[in-house]
Amino acid sequence: MILDHDAVIVGSGLAGLRAAVEATETAGVAVVSKVLPTRSHSGAAQGGITAALGNEEEDRWEWHLFDTVKGGDYLGDQDAIEIMVRDAPRAIFELEHMGVPFSRNPDGRIAQRNFGGHTRQYGKAPVRRACHAADHTGRVVLDTLYDQAMRQNVKFYAEYYVLSLVFDEGRCTGVVTYNLATGELDLLRAKAVILATGGCGKIYRTTSNGFATTGEALSLVYREGIPLEDMEFVQFHPTGLFPLGILVSEAARGEGGILRNDAGEPFMERYAPAIKDLAARDVVSRAILTEIRAGRGIGGKAYVHLDLTHLGERKITEKLWEITSFARIYLGIDAVSQPIPVAPTCHYLMGGIPTDTDGRVLADEKGRVVPGLFAAGECACVSVHGANRLGCNSLLDLLVFGRRAGRVMKEDVQGIEVPASRPDPVEAVKERLAALMGHDGVERSHLIRQDMQAIMTDHGSVFRTEESLKQGIDAILALKERFSRVAVTNKGKSFNYDLMETIELGHQLDLCEVILVSARNRKESRGAHFREDFPERDDRNYLRHTLIFDAPGGPRIEYKPVAITRFQPQVRAY
Amino acid sequence: MAIRLKVFRFDPEKDEEPYYKVYAVNAGPTDRLLDCLNRIRWEQDSTLAFRMSCGHGVCGSDGMRIDGICGLPCQRLVGSLGPEALIEPLPVFRVIKDLIVDLTPFFERYRSIKPYLISASPPPDDERRQSPDEVRLLESAVRCILCACCTASCPVNQNPETADYVGPAALVRAFRYLFDSRDQGFVERVPVLDRKQGAWGCQTLWKCTEVCPKQIPVTKSIGQIKRRIHEAKKGT
Repeated sequence: MILDHDAVIVGSGLAGLRAAVEATETAGVAVVSKVLPTRSHSGAAQGGITAALGNEEEDRWEWHLFDTVKGGDYLGDQDAIEIMVRDAPRAIFELEHMGVPFSRNPDGRIAQRNFGGHTRQYGKAPVRRACHAADHTGRVVLDTLYDQAMRQNVKFYAEYYVLSLVFDEGRCTGVVTYNLATGELDLLRAKAVILATGGCGKIYRTTSNGFATTGEALSLVYREGIPLEDMEFVQFHPTGLFPLGILVSEAARGEGGILRNDAGEPFMERYAPAIKDLAARDVVSRAILTEIRAGRGIGGKAYVHLDLTHLGERKITEKLWEITSFARIYLGIDAVSQPIPVAPTCHYLMGGIPTDTDGRVLADEKGRVVPGLFAAGECACVSVHGANRLGCNSLLDLLVFGRRAGRVMKEDVQGIEVPASRPDPVEAVKERLAALMGHDGVERSHLIRQDMQAIMTDHGSVFRTEESLKQGIDAILALKERFSRVAVTNKGKSFNYDLMETIELGHQLDLCEVILVSARNRKESRGAHFREDFPERDDRNYLRHTLIFDAPGGPRIEYKPVAITRFQPQVRAY
Repeated sequence: MAIRLKVFRFDPEKDEEPYYKVYAVNAGPTDRLLDCLNRIRWEQDSTLAFRMSCGHGVCGSDGMRIDGICGLPCQRLVGSLGPEALIEPLPVFRVIKDLIVDLTPFFERYRSIKPYLISASPPPDDERRQSPDEVRLLESAVRCILCACCTASCPVNQNPETADYVGPAALVRAFRYLFDSRDQGFVERVPVLDRKQGAWGCQTLWKCTEVCPKQIPVTKSIGQIKRRIHEAKKGT
């Protein structure tokens, strides 16, 4: 079927919903998602949303700007960051007006707490900047935005999986979707498309990300010849519940939790004397892994302890209900009286589809816009997070840039006629799908996926070297070769997850290569990208964004400059 | 160790009737039941269908019936199950395939209670004030993840004669807005709530509260809605 809308938004997490709510007043908007409403992984965000409201103590957007620039190790574009942090209070008040049940301080204002890397007076001491709803901020914002979208009659295509982007004379004019319930293909035709599909954490073995975070929008864009930006920067959150990797929010440390090694030592004092456990995530993750490598993990094992036992039962149950429930359910641990075992877990992709500050996708290092195509949220790279994202800046990014993309897109679609696609894009997808389904190779996607996750964990994690990255790239290329012989054994039409996961795997393998090649190319250490063979930051050669293009002979790398407006790079210490 | 899972199967493309199939899965006591289901799908039978997303009880995707009780397999560890566990789709809803049910009516009913803040007064430039106690009142209700376990477990929803009951999940969300100090939507919501398909459909059977994966006091919350309606009527 051909279904016409002014705009199609792919992804029903916070960025997609915020864009939808913004655009739907004047444009006919459809949201496409491979999961049902409210199942998107934005809902797993726990800790909060940053804004210099100053509800608890003095705070200024200039400090928030500085912290974000420093947190990103000077790779973030400062013009974009300034837009974000200056818009943050409005974004928070808007959520409050929609009904988000924020925690409150005794004055009845939105409560704010400490979070890693957020400081007052340009790094002097932690500042309470994270607006939160206990430790389920993402979920309640997701619910509230979904409720708003329903109230405004946004059309949802739930459990529709996007198989391809459609272009007509260079303009993105829709998507071809696979209806998971029926196995049917549809063309959702539109005057503009916003990609808001989140990250790709599932390429790693241990991740806080959900099963659906497989990153195909990034790969779909890449296969169209559009570059991806700064893909070497993958964040490992310091405190994943060991061994599952489930997120244990930084809010735990924001509320006073302390990391301890096997000797009970609060080791972050050695790594970040000024703000200790509240240092940026890349710093804390490296510290934890350094402790573990030195044999100071708990019992010599690959985890450390997150100690909340001094916080008291009331604070823990009121402010950290969700994470204590995870410790109880999965480990049988009562966080009120016992420390929680934690280790770094793959959490967030700083890189992504390059966009301007209104979400327009950029086709090259000169900033050429791809007509009709927008991206927002984790799949996009504005870039506000640079080489390492600060906690609670991601929800802010989604809300600010999701709204901006929606706002510009609804203007953009005025007066545009959707051309009838020729040749029929559904036919081409149908042929590809039939070929995949008819294939009876010996390889199975789950086995290739296991190997992929092992390779990325061994070669593309927190500590990287030339030799290891090269081995990783070779191993991924070998997996791609195996993938060409993969068979989908489920031949059914309804809820064929075997088929969907196989298609996802193809995208994931592309992204693995992109990440490893980008990482191998950046011969310096910056933010979350740490090269043991190049342990220093090298501003002379690498204070610039990586753009990686799909090319016939393998990925090709270009660069674009970083926007530096207010803060020249300094030594980054916490 | 191995666990046996007896799983409800139904594929409308080829099965006339549902049937049960037993799978043996290698699993440790701290593995999630969801891990076992994935292992079946990946290693034994790629046609098995169930929903999942976050894998840790936040998204609400994987509600199903485990040994007769509705819950989330991502929250159940193998060690808490016996040597064989019975895995079935949520009752109340139409089965589409295997463990996947049609939640369209669930979301429609949810929508019927007007699940959004209704306020006639324009908001201030900054935030509306709300005391910590006022937020505390909503604290458990806002934990709801719309997994539908409560509604699927409710004997009123299960009874075909009273199946048009809006159900506990929708009422929890109604509670969350009705008792929000910023909301003024009581009058607008009364027509949906003050009827036998609304809050009065609840027969205080506590099944919802027993199964809620987020420990929400569902039945009590519905009781507070009933009291609010009753008091409003008394007052007029």
